[in-house]
Amino acid sequence: MQSDPEQTGLSAESGTSKPAPSLLVAALQRERPDWFSNVVEALGEVTAIIPREELISVCSFLNSSAEFKFDFLSDLCGADKGPEEEPRFEVNYHLFSTTKHHRIRLKVLLKEEDAKVSTVTGIWRTANWHERETYDLFGVIFDGHPDLRRILLPEDWQGHALRKDFPLRGYEPYSLK
Amino acid sequence: MSTTLPPQFEVVDRPLDTQMTISMGPQHPSTHGVLRLELVLDGEMVIKATPDIGYLHTGMEKLFEYKKYQQGIVITDRMDYLNPLGNNLAYVMAAEKLLGLEIPERAQTIRVLTCELQRIASHLVWLGTHALDIGAMTVFFYCFREREKILNLIEAASGGRLTPSYFRIGGLMMDLPAGFERRVQQFLNDFPKAHEEFNTLLTGNKIFQRRTQGVGRISAEDAINWGLSGPCLRGSGVALDLRRATPYSGYENYDFEVCTETDGDVWARFLVRMREMKESHKISAQALARLKPGPVKADAPKVVLPDREAMKKHMDALIHHFLIVAEGFDVPAGEVYHAIEASKGELGVYMKSNGGPKPDRVHFRGPSFVNLSALPLMSEGEMVADIVAIIGSLDIVLGEIDR
Repeated sequence: MQSDPEQTGLSAESGTSKPAPSLLVAALQRERPDWFSNVVEALGEVTAIIPREELISVCSFLNSSAEFKFDFLSDLCGADKGPEEEPRFEVNYHLFSTTKHHRIRLKVLLKEEDAKVSTVTGIWRTANWHERETYDLFGVIFDGHPDLRRILLPEDWQGHALRKDFPLRGYEPYSLK
Repeated sequence: MSTTLPPQFEVVDRPLDTQMTISMGPQHPSTHGVLRLELVLDGEMVIKATPDIGYLHTGMEKLFEYKKYQQGIVITDRMDYLNPLGNNLAYVMAAEKLLGLEIPERAQTIRVLTCELQRIASHLVWLGTHALDIGAMTVFFYCFREREKILNLIEAASGGRLTPSYFRIGGLMMDLPAGFERRVQQFLNDFPKAHEEFNTLLTGNKIFQRRTQGVGRISAEDAINWGLSGPCLRGSGVALDLRRATPYSGYENYDFEVCTETDGDVWARFLVRMREMKESHKISAQALARLKPGPVKADAPKVVLPDREAMKKHMDALIHHFLIVAEGFDVPAGEVYHAIEASKGELGVYMKSNGGPKPDRVHFRGPSFVNLSALPLMSEGEMVADIVAIIGSLDIVLGEIDR
């Protein structure tokens, strides 16, 4: 990651068998060990798996904290692991800092029968369209979203097109009514 | 005999409403494709603007999951069709990150060179159509004359003008053709004069200034909160350029300026893009000077197609060729988000692999998609005629928004 030791005021932890976590991860775990217990570092990227209930607190903290300054929501996208998997859906939040230039990915795992998560539009207004797109294509409900409608597909479309069990060519030819 | 009119022709007697809702698009020429805006107007003033998108949705993200990694490259061309090489670059770099490939220096330099030429071409289309929307017709012809030269260069390198698919996972499709450097040099020599012509036509033009200054303002805090990127963000005074902030493809070795303006209006975004064309010109000249002979494909025989000559002489090259074409190559399981500075802003690719020759999920964060979502904020309280100026200043491409 791009974070500088002088900026975060930390030194890298010396790992035992596993490689030492990056400065960003070490700082996050020192600040809030309860939230950032499940952190994966791979391919130079940091992924933190966050419980759904904590998402809003984590996002507000990362957005406002002077140490991390994740003020920019780069991207928000859903993913489907397939109907056999449980939890089936994941929602990925790619955060970026416009001043410190580091990135983190927050991941929320959702079960199929309860695919609901709180909206982050209150923190980043840009989440509005991203969340509508995720709702449209995966059927994930964002609680508290100001305008949760389909965005890319027509209002009367049946099903959610990016789910793994949705066929590539659809169920039947679509015609405008 | 009384005639009964169908209900839509019935005359309704009601006092004139002060508010009116009109639908702008999807066939309106200033919406740059198939964008529909639902405008609530009070006289000529816009109370509320609601973009309606999806007319060009083709399910590209679904299609990626059914295509091999190397087949996905041609799909990316069709998203932001004014900046196809940028899309190619974002896609192949995400796959290269998953594979852990090292790209040879010559290939990286050619990527930078062609991408910067493409950025100039993309900005030229923006400039021509933006000026045309506002009523300055001449600029359009000058811009397309220059763009034609760049498209000819891209065609010489890749064989395609609008859909080059020039980059491959692990390098390039092939090396540059003979005489390419000379042709690029010719273009670079001529471009400053053309840029001066655009300045003469628009920058000093009082009518153009009055149509753009103070229109569609957005503050720096709002721009960050709404996720604006690229020239739209830099027009609000935030000096963020991913080529400088998180360098890729060797951009840290090039000398260029991150152009910013502070006003955050249509005029500021115009000035940023005008100056960016000169910066891209500067980077292209540096890349051209850095071109040294060398390989343009990574040394990864299981991923990169072998040379034609090698296939005629070596059995293993023939086998690898067959396997890559017939079965594809396995990409290790993992997920990456790779973002580049495309001509319109941050173009991010989220790619997830479960192993195997096809991706599990590919998601594109299109800069146009996010920039357009801030249109309601910018257009409230403006005049109807200013809406076309604001849309033009956002530089949207609907192919990327709807995907």
